[in-house]
Amino acid sequence: MSDAADTVSRIRGRLEGPNTYGNSRAFWVGFAVLVTALAAYPQMTDPYTVIQTARYFAVAFLALSLCFIWGYAGVLSFGQVAFFGVAAYTFGAIGINLSSATGVTVAIVGAVAVGTLAAALLGYFMFYGGVRDTYVTIMTLVVALVLNTFMAQTAGSEWAIGEAQLGGFNGMTGIPNLTLGIGETGIVFERAGLYYALLVSLVVAYLGLRVLLNSSFGMTMVAIREDEARTETFGYDVPFVKLVVFTIGGAIAAVGGVFYASWGNYVDPSVFGIAFAALPVVWVSVGGRESLLGAIGATLAIEQMRTALSSGIGPIGSEWALVIVGGLLLSVILFMPAGVVPTLDSLVDSVQDRRSDQGQSTQPTEEAVE
Amino acid sequence: MSTQDINVKQQPAVAATGGDTDTLLATEQLTKKFGGLTAVDSVDFSITEGEIRCLIGPNGAGKSTLLELITGQLSPTEGNIYFDGTDLTGLDTHARIDTGLSVKFQSPHVYENLSVTENLRVPLQRTDRDTQRVLAETLDRIALSGEADTQASELSHGEKQRLEIGMAITLDPKLMLLDEPVAGMSIDETDDVAKLIRSLHDDGMTFLVVEHDMEFVRRISERVTVLDQGSILRQGPIEDIESDDEVRRIYLGEDA
Repeated sequence: MSDAADTVSRIRGRLEGPNTYGNSRAFWVGFAVLVTALAAYPQMTDPYTVIQTARYFAVAFLALSLCFIWGYAGVLSFGQVAFFGVAAYTFGAIGINLSSATGVTVAIVGAVAVGTLAAALLGYFMFYGGVRDTYVTIMTLVVALVLNTFMAQTAGSEWAIGEAQLGGFNGMTGIPNLTLGIGETGIVFERAGLYYALLVSLVVAYLGLRVLLNSSFGMTMVAIREDEARTETFGYDVPFVKLVVFTIGGAIAAVGGVFYASWGNYVDPSVFGIAFAALPVVWVSVGGRESLLGAIGATLAIEQMRTALSSGIGPIGSEWALVIVGGLLLSVILFMPAGVVPTLDSLVDSVQDRRSDQGQSTQPTEEAVE
Repeated sequence: MSTQDINVKQQPAVAATGGDTDTLLATEQLTKKFGGLTAVDSVDFSITEGEIRCLIGPNGAGKSTLLELITGQLSPTEGNIYFDGTDLTGLDTHARIDTGLSVKFQSPHVYENLSVTENLRVPLQRTDRDTQRVLAETLDRIALSGEADTQASELSHGEKQRLEIGMAITLDPKLMLLDEPVAGMSIDETDDVAKLIRSLHDDGMTFLVVEHDMEFVRRISERVTVLDQGSILRQGPIEDIESDDEVRRIYLGEDA
């Protein structure tokens, strides 16, 4: 018994820390309930909703990736979709050419590797070239937009990688389903299967990032976010750390891209477009820059809302969807600048403080208000 | 050591006794030009292991520039910097810190949104020192044991300055560079910092301190270097410097 308890507390020790929200027993119980509910969801709803939800999970990797680099290292990338899209196209190109189970498995690895490499390359030029702050934001957006323009003009049949037609504005079609296997036998993940693969991957990515953020590396990231120059004078190689962070972020976005391409068997240049590029920034701002779970939650909620609005609700036409998302972003920035989850967390804290104050009212409160 | 005599007229005896083996930091013809302005002008300057050296001089004398050249925030127009047998000149700041330097700049730069303990952890986690022991020891040393979990933004100015010195010393540096460690502090706070520096010095730490407060300099320092217009004007024991006519006219005279 005590061995099991030891293991649990050791695991919790790795997952918990000042850099992440949700460090209580109650949180983990809630988390387990949430994951169980999501696992049961496909049994309780129609197949169409399951497929839609799988798409939200796929793009939630973008939110995780941006939350990680922006929320914790202060690097606001407006172009995480670039690595998402590069991985999606790469998965398509390799998958279409090597259509066997092994081929698609290779495509998964290859696509994540290419997306990651793209992030490492861009990160290297930016961080070792001394590009900072808003310039990183602008540069990453420009990279995404350049890819958008480039991919849109690949319409001719000369634009093909082997059998995979890039397809220009209309995109690449016939991308295989996600498959893991050897030779011609493999497990194909589609519909509910893809949903579960995504759910498991998302949970693993979330927990993995929590461990990383609560390690000394996470502390270094936060130190760089708070004061880059000072952190350098403690002997940290700041450009290198930022490069590593940016590359990890790119890898997470790339995983999302692979899922996305296999989800719709299709990818088009709009994954690099400004509307899609802006969405991760909205999700993360709304959910909370420093809350991984908040970012995922906001992604699911906002995407659900966009889907609902795209068919129009009552007098509200579909063209209002992005306007409403924009309005949501503005109100959150105005009223909850840290995002929904951090605001709720401090609300809960202050309620608990008040309760414990009432409990021991003889204790003087030491609050330094200036 | 003979090169020092180019700029220094009254070279005190100490430099002669300090053999090359004890020299921890040395600059060689160090020059920094900003456009037409020469902020640091061919400075040959050295610090012996185990001393507390104060760097004084009027505003614009090049004190902070010299410090930033040593840490690598600025790169020199000409000249070299040697520290503990390593040529630092071409190294990035972080690589210089790894050779055993630590620095506290003029205005406090603590991590405002982190707790006192977290602030200390950031530099400490880079070392292989025993985290818990060093944390407790450092908190005690900077008299912030009671504030271990307080967010740094809630500390007073004096506490922030102490915390920053605490952060810098967790690296266990051979040479500690302090830029005006007591600027804006009350008499009591200044007193605490003086005691802190003396106790670290007793444990073998070498200091280079840029300071305006002569009372404070008198309390901590053994040797003083006077910079003026980017060059070393005088160098020697504090009492010699304070009685020097030219130093009094150029620098100390301002206070009289």
